[in-house]
Amino acid sequence: MSDTLLSLAGVHTLIGPYHILQGVDLVVPEGGVTVLLGRNGAGKTTTLRTIMGLWTANQGEIRFDDHLITQLDTPEISRRGVAYVPEDMGIFTDLTVAENMALAASGGPMDGKRLGWIKDLFPPIGTFWEASAGTLSGGQKQMLSVARAIIEPRRLILIDEPTKGLAPAIINAMTEALRELKQTDTTILLVEQNFAMASAIGDTVAVMDDGRIIHSGQMSELVEDESLQERLMGLSLEAHQ
Amino acid sequence: MSDTAIKPRIEKVPFREQVLQKLPVLLVPVLALLGLVAIGNPASWLTLTVAGLAMGMMIFIMASGLTVVFGLMDVINFGHGAFVAVGAFVGFTVLAWLAGWTASPSVMLNLAAVLIAILAAMVVTGLLGYAFERVIVMPVYGEHLKQILVTMGGLIVAQQMIYVVWGPDELHISRPEALQGSVVFGEAAIEKYRLVAVAIGLALFLAMRHVLKNTKVGLLVRAGVENGEMVEALGYRIRRLFLIVFMTGSALAGLGGVMWGLYQETITAHMGSEIMVLVFIVVIIGGLGSVEGCFIGALLVGLLANYTAFLAPKVALISTIALMVVILMWRPQGLYPVVKAK
Repeated sequence: MSDTLLSLAGVHTLIGPYHILQGVDLVVPEGGVTVLLGRNGAGKTTTLRTIMGLWTANQGEIRFDDHLITQLDTPEISRRGVAYVPEDMGIFTDLTVAENMALAASGGPMDGKRLGWIKDLFPPIGTFWEASAGTLSGGQKQMLSVARAIIEPRRLILIDEPTKGLAPAIINAMTEALRELKQTDTTILLVEQNFAMASAIGDTVAVMDDGRIIHSGQMSELVEDESLQERLMGLSLEAHQ
Repeated sequence: MSDTAIKPRIEKVPFREQVLQKLPVLLVPVLALLGLVAIGNPASWLTLTVAGLAMGMMIFIMASGLTVVFGLMDVINFGHGAFVAVGAFVGFTVLAWLAGWTASPSVMLNLAAVLIAILAAMVVTGLLGYAFERVIVMPVYGEHLKQILVTMGGLIVAQQMIYVVWGPDELHISRPEALQGSVVFGEAAIEKYRLVAVAIGLALFLAMRHVLKNTKVGLLVRAGVENGEMVEALGYRIRRLFLIVFMTGSALAGLGGVMWGLYQETITAHMGSEIMVLVFIVVIIGGLGSVEGCFIGALLVGLLANYTAFLAPKVALISTIALMVVILMWRPQGLYPVVKAK
């Protein structure tokens, strides 16, 4: 883990009259998990959506694998190997689990071996393969959302708060799954408010506030330095556990 | 992830909710039964029922494209009626060229003439749909007020173009020999053309269902109606998909125009804007974006219009509006609301 896979330099994003991102500088190294932390409204979700092209950056540069992607549209960014798991999961509730997965395999038919690995990673995907995705529980929908993002090999996965609103048992399971995913070549940029989970799987960390990155470094440094946590987030590590 | 840590469980839909979900399907047979009770005479009822189903099928053909276009891209196309009128006039022209075939006693030649007229109308309206989407609709994505204004403007331009090409007078369009007259079942006389309209409408509905349920394009349309942004994030260009859907919807409106023209036997440049009132009622009753809802809504409108025209002609003028009001009081989002992502 050394080369830079994704970088943002001076990125500004305006949504209507609101100036949300105010010069984001972020570096995501290739391999491992980079966690984006910050209080509500700091601009984490906007950062992911801007990277994915769902909102266009008004200023600044976004580079993926050394190519400028700032002005590319979302399908093109996806085709270059970036997957997105939105905060609301983005599940097609009118479709079955199988249909959701089939659509996610935009490059062609699903790879059986990879699908088997995913079903091992997320057992409910196999159990409810033919069920309507709308009938799944919140945790199962979140698993489907992540499973959909990895049905084809991706270089970068953007995951927005995968543990939000989930029961502790499901959070533990999701943490295990992401830890296993980390063992593959995939790089993960994870937005997470659950510091326990973030610190368990994160390698590097960036903290946002008011539309800017106010700290970036190794996750281990942040875990060990409680005063830094308090200064950056106004909350201690214990409060998150 | 361990299988034992979390036991997979699926949220069961309560029985009452399952029944409520299926209830709209029962509305058509219930209305037909009520019609039988009110009319009394089975022969009259059968004639009116087939007429109502035929009318409903033709409205469905015209409305199905409009509802998917709205569901997929949130586009309100008030110009949809232009494709109905242009389709009817193109069909009229082709049938006039093939007058020898339509007047022939050969059923095959009659049907071939109608088929060629339908195909020509669909090709022309499909291409017109392409131009309409690129020039008129594309610049106003996401802006409903502008969509209403420019698509209505497009409708007016199309009507004026019909005046230029075919003249301002209404034209008479004759059905081919094989589709004239009636078939007698007991005491009931049923127009042959209405049976053909029911068959074509049913075949189209089943074909649409098959495409939407069993093909990747269908999956993309269903997914796009629910969450277009996510479809793009999976690597698909939803605007290209929308263009295909828009052209298909326009071509179906053209097909509906030929069939409606043959049904009414007269066509005018304003026929599209006139039928659009019924088309919008059907789309709203069905639930914006829902093909199944649109189908049921069209059959309800067709049956009710025919029953009330027979039982109480004055009431017939408001029957479809009243039906829409009642349905919306029961289900404010329509019979089968499409759940869209926020």
